[in-house]
Amino acid sequence: MSERKEITVREALCLGMSQEMRKNKDVFLIGEEVAEYNGAYKVSQGMLDEFGPKRVIDTPITEAGFTGLAIGAAYKGIKPIVEFMTFNFSMQAIDQIINSAAKTLYMSGGQMECPIVFRGPNGAASRVGAQHSQCFASWYAQIPGLKVVSPYSSEDAFGLIKSAIKDRGPVVVLEHELMYGVSFESCVDEDFYIPIGKAYVEREGSDVTILSFSLILGTCLKAADILEEEGIDVEVINLRSLRPLDTVTILDSLSKTNRVIIVEEGWPFAGVGSAISAMIMEEGFDKLDAPVIRVTGEDVPMPYANNLEKLALPNIERIVAAVRKITYK
Amino acid sequence: MTIEIFMPALSPTMTHGNLIKWHKKEGATVESGDLLAEIETDKATMEVEAVDEGVLGEILVSEGSQNVPVNTVIAVILEEGEDKEKLNNYKPSNLKPSNKEETISTTSITPQPVILATSVGIAPNSSSPSVEKLDRIFASPLARRLAEENTLDLKSIKGSGPRGRIVKSDVENFIKSGNTASEMGFGFPRTFSNVTGNGSYHDEPLSQMRKIISQRLLKSKQEIPHFYASMDCMMDELLKARKTLNEKLDKAQKISINDFIIKACALALKDVPKANAAWLGESIRYYNNADISIAVSVDNGLITPIIKAAELKSLFQISAESKNLIKKARENKLAPEEFQGGSFSISNMGMYNIKQFNAIINQPQACIISIGAAKEGPIVVDGKLKIATQMTSTISADHRVVDGIVAAEFLVAFKKYIENPLLLVLA
Repeated sequence: MSERKEITVREALCLGMSQEMRKNKDVFLIGEEVAEYNGAYKVSQGMLDEFGPKRVIDTPITEAGFTGLAIGAAYKGIKPIVEFMTFNFSMQAIDQIINSAAKTLYMSGGQMECPIVFRGPNGAASRVGAQHSQCFASWYAQIPGLKVVSPYSSEDAFGLIKSAIKDRGPVVVLEHELMYGVSFESCVDEDFYIPIGKAYVEREGSDVTILSFSLILGTCLKAADILEEEGIDVEVINLRSLRPLDTVTILDSLSKTNRVIIVEEGWPFAGVGSAISAMIMEEGFDKLDAPVIRVTGEDVPMPYANNLEKLALPNIERIVAAVRKITYK
Repeated sequence: MTIEIFMPALSPTMTHGNLIKWHKKEGATVESGDLLAEIETDKATMEVEAVDEGVLGEILVSEGSQNVPVNTVIAVILEEGEDKEKLNNYKPSNLKPSNKEETISTTSITPQPVILATSVGIAPNSSSPSVEKLDRIFASPLARRLAEENTLDLKSIKGSGPRGRIVKSDVENFIKSGNTASEMGFGFPRTFSNVTGNGSYHDEPLSQMRKIISQRLLKSKQEIPHFYASMDCMMDELLKARKTLNEKLDKAQKISINDFIIKACALALKDVPKANAAWLGESIRYYNNADISIAVSVDNGLITPIIKAAELKSLFQISAESKNLIKKARENKLAPEEFQGGSFSISNMGMYNIKQFNAIINQPQACIISIGAAKEGPIVVDGKLKIATQMTSTISADHRVVDGIVAAEFLVAFKKYIENPLLLVLA
């Protein structure tokens, strides 16, 4: 019987990293403020005390530098966890992530692996402006050689960070700042892992499928409750992994509901929803009873103004309206 | 003087319009530039503005009217001082006089339908009838698949989705309400058995081959003015020759009556080239070679492999080739070029003891010959009864290509070769 506990997403990430660091001496955490300050968002609370300064390493504000350094360490077979204070800053190091981490296994003809985890909060937080509020899901999910996961609940965070650390390739873990403080009941077993590449059906339904991930998935679940009162039975799938994508679970759900909506905070053009929508068209055309539609962030840089920021992100009204639109109700 | 308002031509291709909405009521004052009505064309919904001023006297075409021809008078405006009484005897002039000044204008003057559609920007709302619907059926991919699986005609299903799109539930409700394909008279349900009701039967869906056969033969019988001519041939000599030849041959090499018939047809076609032809609609094609299609029955259908240029081939060659083609046909291994084309067809039911029948022409070929059984029987020669073996052959001909005389000449030539088999062996 597995042990279950009510913990926050923040605690789940910390517990997951700590468990893996206890198991494997080669794993270390590196990033800005991860050690002395216990993490900019307190994700690495207490880790410096437990693992010491050789395994929990504070860096200068130089993403390209410490990311490159960590990738070099990974080439040599030790396992860095790189924390980006937010994924917005990973753009400074994106050449390292894509060209040095993602492509090495391929370019070395399979001779050199790069076991590394890039993690941190992704997407819009709250009123931090256009440059600090963007979703990198489609950016990284496009890259062959990378794996990209995005947890929603504490259990997702716990199971996925552990699988990411254990994985032999570079894995991007897209967390969400606004989820760090949210509590969920979660398994906390040492040998609990969530497989990368598997989606999770959060709620079963028969009329329409909503695919989503990260923070906005919670809004989808609330929308499903509202729609249930109207007699619309919504299936909600937590993608968990964006690359590889669990096409089997998606197409199975399509077979059942014949209607799909994809909800994401990122921009609409060439987004995660676009890719899934194309996949559904190619693999499941005959099962569609309505067009696949996307509910996404607006196609604008994130406004700073509070009211405009709210309007730029998907919300429950837009999700409910989208469901009504394709169920013709 | 009353001013007539016409159904405007909003694009060069517009012939009819739908009157969506009147923005003015009868009796309302109209100023120049006022919005009078909304007209829907096949491309967009457009606004009609008044050019003249006055009082809207009478609306002649009411809201919601469909397919109103261009230049029909849709309303009249009374000028200042005019009385509505004046309209009591009003008869609209049916067509707009061409020299009369335009009494209305649209919000956009240049007739550029594509631009208008976006610049005017009144999208047809969902309740407005979609003109497209007449041409095209909207159905979700799933609904299409379900209809196909149940052999239902989408045309008879009402769609409940946006723009009348047929969705899964519409197909399901259609089936639930007791509509099966067979009752509707188009096709059959996939597989349906009845052993307890008013008779025992089972329905089978059409195979691809059955579909093609039904299409092609129906088309042939509907389009081609078939005529028929029959001829009896004495078979004794041919049977004798075949026996002599076959005595010297291995079992695998033995020559069939059909091989002789192929050769006889090919040589007869060489003698009467007008029968070796096809109808192409605008012209008649005469073939230089006798490419003989032979009808071969296969599982649940038939196919016609071709002996090409049979007039140039020996009986042995024809025999070997036809054995091979028939084998391939039964194994479903014919290449397209082995059964597509041909200039003349043979259908032989002699082996089933059929005396005589009239085959349907294999389009676009002009002729097909139907071969009956060779039968022993009494005949009269020079006033005396004799026993002989006879075979009745019937040509079905396309009268657009072949006249009676050509069919007759062909049968005479065919008879000559059949009754003088040495000619077949030598040629």
